[in-house]
Amino acid sequence: MGAKKKYQAVVIGSSAGGLNALKVIFGELDKRFQLPVVIVQHMSPDADNYLASFLDGMKKIRVKEADEKEIPTGGFAYIAPPNYHLLMEKDCSFTLTVGERVNYARPSIDVLFETAAEAYGDGLIGIILTGANNDGSHGLKKIKEMGGLTIVQDPEESESVSMPRSAIETVNPDHVFKLKEIAKFLNSFI
Amino acid sequence: MKKKEEEIIENQDVEIKLLIEALYLKYGYDFRNYSQAHLKRRILNRFQISGLNSITEMTYKAIYDPAFTDQLLMDLSITVTEMFRDPSFYKALRQSVLPVLRTYPRVTVWHAGCASGEEVYSMAIMLKEEGLLHKTQIYATDFNPVILRNAKKAQYPISRIKEFTVSYQKAGGKRSFSDYYTADDETALLHESLKKNVVFANHNLVTDSVFAEMNLVICRNVLIYFNKQLQDRVIELFMESLPGGGFLCLGSKENLQFSVHYNAFEPVVNQERIYIKKYL
Ligand SMILES: C[S@@+](CC[C@H](N)C(=O)[O-])C[C@H]1O[C@@H](n2cnc3c(N)ncnc32)[C@H](O)[C@@H]1O
Repeated sequence: MGAKKKYQAVVIGSSAGGLNALKVIFGELDKRFQLPVVIVQHMSPDADNYLASFLDGMKKIRVKEADEKEIPTGGFAYIAPPNYHLLMEKDCSFTLTVGERVNYARPSIDVLFETAAEAYGDGLIGIILTGANNDGSHGLKKIKEMGGLTIVQDPEESESVSMPRSAIETVNPDHVFKLKEIAKFLNSFI
Repeated sequence: MKKKEEEIIENQDVEIKLLIEALYLKYGYDFRNYSQAHLKRRILNRFQISGLNSITEMTYKAIYDPAFTDQLLMDLSITVTEMFRDPSFYKALRQSVLPVLRTYPRVTVWHAGCASGEEVYSMAIMLKEEGLLHKTQIYATDFNPVILRNAKKAQYPISRIKEFTVSYQKAGGKRSFSDYYTADDETALLHESLKKNVVFANHNLVTDSVFAEMNLVICRNVLIYFNKQLQDRVIELFMESLPGGGFLCLGSKENLQFSVHYNAFEPVVNQERIYIKKYL
């Protein structure tokens, strides 16, 4: 890993078009990737755990739904369960809540990103992917303020552009990448 | 080197801790073992719309202005609920728990953390359809006096009825949901018969003790806000209230698996978080 900074975790927020985008990233991700990944993908309140089982089936890193009080570990990706907000505590454990929607969404990307930014400080990588709203912009800004690394999917290739655009305008992220570049970048931390 | 942001957060956390302490010392509301991330989000939200200059000013206001404290209590308690939330849970309850309760001469049910009552009336509807309501005493408790007042009214915005109806049907409801309320342009009022066997009472799971023996305890989406230590205390409370063979139901993301009291229970429908207390 050379002179690269040591990061502790990755958070990803995606909405409309997110399933396809996550497929591309997980398709390219190296099996040996060792940072815990935490994902909020907007979905309908009564969705089942299709996303987790699908990504898990790609046989890269293990993928599961986040459980309350669980502490994310390397080699795993965690998906926020439908209809719950996913928060991170100072000790990096998960809390699930059923509070009001934030940015019309539950789970909300901002809620995860803002709390994860406090938990991991400058050890966090935040990634905003395709989506048709502006959830996640504030959270990504917070990650940057805390010294973390910020990445946004290139709106040029995003299925829905408003979420990445909003993030780029709000944050001035460290990188604007295509999906494959995001995967390649993550792989460089192995 | 301590960065500016880290110092801001550290100071915020100190102020928040003092506010939480004040709520406890002054009113006995004990949030000290609630999820810190959750408390912080809610307090900062209120701070932003309050027009006050600091969290410490909020603390002052909380001590001297009871109306502000009510507001804060509302913020921190999260009272979001719905009728027949997680329909598959109610279905499992109907299939696996009610047949057992049917064999009892009298039935007692405790809804702990009932919020505005939707869960309680969902239960009453189901008990009624199964012919059990007349011999059941339901205790519905919450520590938030404002939300308890709403619960007693059994009146809900008409805009929510569509969603409730869908869930009622998915939960295996046997009639038409509209049989259970009278509606005007704005609200739906649930029928008096659903309230008859329900007692609403103020009860704080953190600081109060058990008040009766229960055949069925339902505490859903409350424990997720508590740290492990507090979760264990509350489960202990339920254990005291349940005889061997009594049922305990938790929310769909809550789990006994990590509790120190895990061995005292056995899953009935694991997927739906329905447990039975073992006989000794
Ligand atoms: C999210 S609601 C759950 C409502 C319902 N059980 C459901 O699952 O739809 C949580 C409720 O727990 C109550 N609560 C939180 N802490 C409590 C405590 N220490 N004692 C009693 N009730 C509490 C809150 O006031 C709120 O009404």
